Amino acid sequence: MTTDHDHHHDHSHRSTDVSLRVKAIESLLVEKKLLDVEAVDKLIDLYEHKIGPRNGARVVAKAWTDPEYKARLLKDGTSAIAELGYSGVQGEDMVVLENTPDVHNMVVCTLCSCYPWPTLGLPPNWYKAAPYRSRAVIDPRGVLEEFGTAISSDVEVRVWDSNAELRYLVLPMRPAGTEGMSEEQLVELVTRDSMIGVGFPVQP
Amino acid sequence: MNGIADLGGRHGMGPIKFEENEPIFHAEWERRMFAMFILAFAGGHFNIDQFRYGMEQMAPAEYLTSDYYQHWMHSLEIWCRANGTFAEGEVERRMAELAKEAA
Repeated sequence: MTTDHDHHHDHSHRSTDVSLRVKAIESLLVEKKLLDVEAVDKLIDLYEHKIGPRNGARVVAKAWTDPEYKARLLKDGTSAIAELGYSGVQGEDMVVLENTPDVHNMVVCTLCSCYPWPTLGLPPNWYKAAPYRSRAVIDPRGVLEEFGTAISSDVEVRVWDSNAELRYLVLPMRPAGTEGMSEEQLVELVTRDSMIGVGFPVQP
Repeated sequence: MNGIADLGGRHGMGPIKFEENEPIFHAEWERRMFAMFILAFAGGHFNIDQFRYGMEQMAPAEYLTSDYYQHWMHSLEIWCRANGTFAEGEVERRMAELAKEAA
């Protein structure tokens, strides 16, 4: 692998320059016919408007209402999620972690920002920043408290460190008192944070 | 390698910064940078391991203080220079031209 080790630490991307720098990179790549501007616009629209945590919420609500689907989901997350049409980049290998009265799961990527894009969309800034990445693995209960998420001391907290190949989705517990609700109604209760494991679904 | 990106277990990084109703992107340059990365990746300019390695080449202080998509920009530039797509100084020259046009 060849990188210009002598040079690259000299670059200082001050925030005032960043916008111009990105424009310059785009303009060069387009000029060299390595980048299609229309494809850039399409991708932005896709991730800004079409792919997001609502996809994951549909997976969770289906698992809450269909025991056979839930069994498939826990056995082979990738193919069960693909049944609902969610697959592709950054979701190639999915593991679904079930919260129970005894175990609470939460997900981090200590090294970078690995996150299940097809089911949750792009991650929030806090997920990609140093405070969460550094502390989730040494003080998960403290981190959960920062989110206002209280986990009883007799519940085991399991922290899962994502990587470039493997992505996790937490299956939160179905809230009490939702027995009469339809799958469509349940979708509305499933929050992004409950699928990362730093929050709970909305209690109706 | 215990580089700056290996953040698990480090102390002193401060409280988690939450943002109410956080937008997907915080600026137009973030939108463009995001999409360029995906397309460069899809185009075979680098694989995922190379890409992360590129981000990990940032100077530690810069890594911790820069915006997230600046990490992507850093890596994209490293690989574009490594594979000869960008000559040394080419990005800076284009920046100067664009700044002049805008003035």
